[in-house]
Amino acid sequence: MVRQLFRLNEIVEKKELAPRIKEIKVYNPRIAAKARAGQFVIVKVGEEGERIPLTIADWDREKGLITIVFQEVGVSTYKLGRLGVGDVITDVVGPLGNPSEIEKFGTVVCVGGGVGIAAIYPMAKELKKAGNRVISIIGARNKDLLIYEEEMRRVSDELRITTDDGSKGRKGFVSDELRDLLNSGLKVDRVIAVGPAIMMKTCADVTRPFNVKTIVSLNSLMLCGMGMCGACRVEVGGKTRFVCVDGPDFDAHQVNFDVLIKRLNAYKAEEQLALKRFLEVKA
Amino acid sequence: MPVKDRVEMRKLPVEKRIRSFEEVALGYTEEEAIQEAKRCLQCPPRPCVQGCPVGIEIPRFIKKIAEGDFLSAYKIIKERNAIPAITGRVCPQEHQCEGVCVLNKLKKPTAIGALERFVADWALKEGVAKELAEKEIANRPSNGNIKVAVVGSGPAGITVAADLAKLGYEVTMFEALHKPGGVLMYGIPEFRLPKRIVEYEIDYLRRLGVDIETNVLIGRTYTIKDLLEDGYKAVFLGTGAGTPKFPGIPGETLVNIYSANEFLTRVNLMKAYLFPQYDTPIKIGKRVAVIGGGNVAMDAARTAVRLGAEEVYILYRRTEEEMPARREEVINAKEEGVKFQLLTQPIRFIGNKDDILTGIECIRMQLGEPDATGRRKPIPVPGSEFIFEADTAIIAIGAHPNPLIARTTPEIKVDEEGRVITDSELRTSMKRVYAAGDIVLGEATVIEAMGTGRRASQTIHRDISEGRI
Ligand SMILES: Cc1cc2nc3c(=O)[nH]c(=O)nc-3n(C[C@H](O)[C@H](O)[C@H](O)COP(=O)(O)OP(=O)(O)OC[C@H]3O[C@@H](n4cnc5c(N)ncnc54)[C@H](O)[C@@H]3O)c2cc1C
Ligand SMILES: Cc1cc2nc3c(=O)[nH]c(=O)nc-3n(C[C@H](O)[C@H](O)[C@H](O)COP(=O)(O)OP(=O)(O)OC[C@H]3O[C@@H](n4cnc5c(N)ncnc54)[C@H](O)[C@@H]3O)c2cc1C
Ligand code: SF4
Ligand code: SF4
Ligand code: FES
Ligand SMILES: [Mg+2]
Repeated sequence: MVRQLFRLNEIVEKKELAPRIKEIKVYNPRIAAKARAGQFVIVKVGEEGERIPLTIADWDREKGLITIVFQEVGVSTYKLGRLGVGDVITDVVGPLGNPSEIEKFGTVVCVGGGVGIAAIYPMAKELKKAGNRVISIIGARNKDLLIYEEEMRRVSDELRITTDDGSKGRKGFVSDELRDLLNSGLKVDRVIAVGPAIMMKTCADVTRPFNVKTIVSLNSLMLCGMGMCGACRVEVGGKTRFVCVDGPDFDAHQVNFDVLIKRLNAYKAEEQLALKRFLEVKA
Repeated sequence: MPVKDRVEMRKLPVEKRIRSFEEVALGYTEEEAIQEAKRCLQCPPRPCVQGCPVGIEIPRFIKKIAEGDFLSAYKIIKERNAIPAITGRVCPQEHQCEGVCVLNKLKKPTAIGALERFVADWALKEGVAKELAEKEIANRPSNGNIKVAVVGSGPAGITVAADLAKLGYEVTMFEALHKPGGVLMYGIPEFRLPKRIVEYEIDYLRRLGVDIETNVLIGRTYTIKDLLEDGYKAVFLGTGAGTPKFPGIPGETLVNIYSANEFLTRVNLMKAYLFPQYDTPIKIGKRVAVIGGGNVAMDAARTAVRLGAEEVYILYRRTEEEMPARREEVINAKEEGVKFQLLTQPIRFIGNKDDILTGIECIRMQLGEPDATGRRKPIPVPGSEFIFEADTAIIAIGAHPNPLIARTTPEIKVDEEGRVITDSELRTSMKRVYAAGDIVLGEATVIEAMGTGRRASQTIHRDISEGRI
């Protein structure tokens, strides 16, 4: 008989990785048992909470834990950030989405930007396990915001770092480093990019002339996460697809990023209003 | 004897309706119910009974109402229908029981739905429903701890869970969302079906011993195989037809275009109308176009009115006569100011430079020959294109079964529309797995989901007790 140590969805560890970026380990054995690279959960904090998607950055099947790394950007992520060890997240459902395609491709470049690094980490790890040569490029605005450097180093054959301000690694964007890498003539079999939509779009533009298969993990707005609402729909190859059940991974060269980005901003005004109110009330 | 007019239900005044989510139809008083019940001719052929998908003994219960014996009326309804407070409110009666009532000859069918609702509400109010339920709970036989899994918590799942729990099975219900109830909870709005009624039914399931596990997406969190290997003797699928259809025309990913499911889920399940007290936002423009002509379209349009839209239009490609929505809701929508643009088919969504919706290019339609369903087929009028200005569009052109289970369980055969194929007793192509409701029927109705659910639970019980599985 296994002794039940924690309550379902209890936070058992919490770390601040960088200002406003937090890592939590959550007890949910049923999700931990099934999680695979590329999948996500939807969490809801409190009765009044909204449903938001967050990538499963890691898992421990034995202990029944999943790891989530999130950046506090608005009400829902702030609410989650205020929970501490011992608190229970009201609702967590998953694992959602299709697992990433993990095979032996040859040389794979994993590109992660911002909190996207935590999302690319399980992919890099599994790709390495599958026998690929993994070159990772990770980047952030500055060195304080760079997360998961050691984790990524462990699962990569080669790790390259960029920061917008040059405070660590190369000054510039991850896409600049990717372009140089491809220009160097190295044979790359696949590129996987996860990060802000604009970063994924730029990476897609960089790899297109080289004809390298490029996969992105899309971060559209979501509501249900199970194919019931269509909130997450994007245009891929001229067709409407649902990110939560048809993705989140798609062929970057087929994605209409402009519509994705516009749709991500659909509620900007409401989100700002809500955050302002939240910070005033809770201050 | 001349047949008197139907006793119409009292309704909330329009000015009050369009500003709140309070229930619109107020139900009968005891006197009104008795008066209406007396209109039933108790005609010997009783066509109404055949018109009801679950075969409620309609004249029998109506007779009891006429005699003022509401308790007996309630018991008669409950023999066949577990959730009369819900079906009395949402059944499309004009296509079912009332549609075949002999009094239709005079265009004044007995108000069967309203009477059913009256009895159910009376039983809830008087505590009779609870008393009878407690008796059922206390008399529950034990069935040797046989475990059964029910997937989905809509009317089909609710029916199967209740039936099997009453027979003594240990039932676990899995629901992907954070709240049980299916469409009754996230789709049909409060002003048509108060959520406390759905919650009462869910609470009844819990008291019957059903273990309800929310936040479990079958196909992902557990597969059907996991359940069968985990000691569940049988698995019932009641996952509904929840995946919204999009028209497949240019611009459908523009900002401020919703599927009705998204729109209604934000409002009903997530309470976006209380934003920012609740965290889920919703956008409502000044001029809203709802595309479609069914119940879902009416619900979306009437919700948009309540959220403060200045003008709300229904864009439908046939005429009002072909509209599949409940008649009553079409009337309610009109009273609340919803305008109808009939014989109109969208062909393209138009956005501004920020990809925000500004209008819909439409084409006029005319009705041609009747199609397979007997409805006259709409055909485009060449050269009749025009731009319909709108800053919000809600697409309500139907839904298909969620493909997740079929994708993750190839043993379960589905047809070309994605509906699970079953035999006449609701067994799927996978042993020990059964299905009913919208996942089998396609988009149907609450009472049909319940009726097929009941047949499925009977099959499950028979297959188990006769040792077939
Ligand atoms: C598949 C997927 C995986 C993700 N994984 C991570 C992760 O591992 N770590 C992380 O920090 N973030 C992740 N995100 C983004 C995360 O969901 C949003 O940052 C979060 O929803 C913001 O909510 P908020 O209320 O705090 O902020 P808000 O102020 O409400 O929104 C800030 C921005 O976040 C986006 N957003 C808002 N609501 C949603 C929503 N319901 N669904 C998706 N995006 C939304 C919008 O672009 C919005 O402008 C992921 C998104 C997707 C789709
Ligand atoms: C807006 C709207 C208005 C309607 N109005 C009427 C009306 O007035 N009258 C009428 O008779 N009918 C109406 N209908 C139709 C009626 O609601 C449906 O026919 C009925 O709800 C079908 O019941 P069901 O149990 O088969 O499925 P649903 O009610 O759809 O329930 C299915 C449940 O299964 C869950 N689920 C799905 N996949 C999984 C999975 N893989 N794992 C776990 N859970 C899962 C879903 O989240 C959902 O809760 C309406 C429908 C809508 C959308
Ligand atoms: S369940 Fe529906 S169809 Fe049957 S009698 Fe009641 S209202 Fe009519
Ligand atoms: S058909 Fe109409 S009149 Fe005849 S028994 Fe039924 S409800 Fe009464
Ligand atoms: S989030 Fe609802 S369909 Fe994808
Ligand atoms: Mg938010």
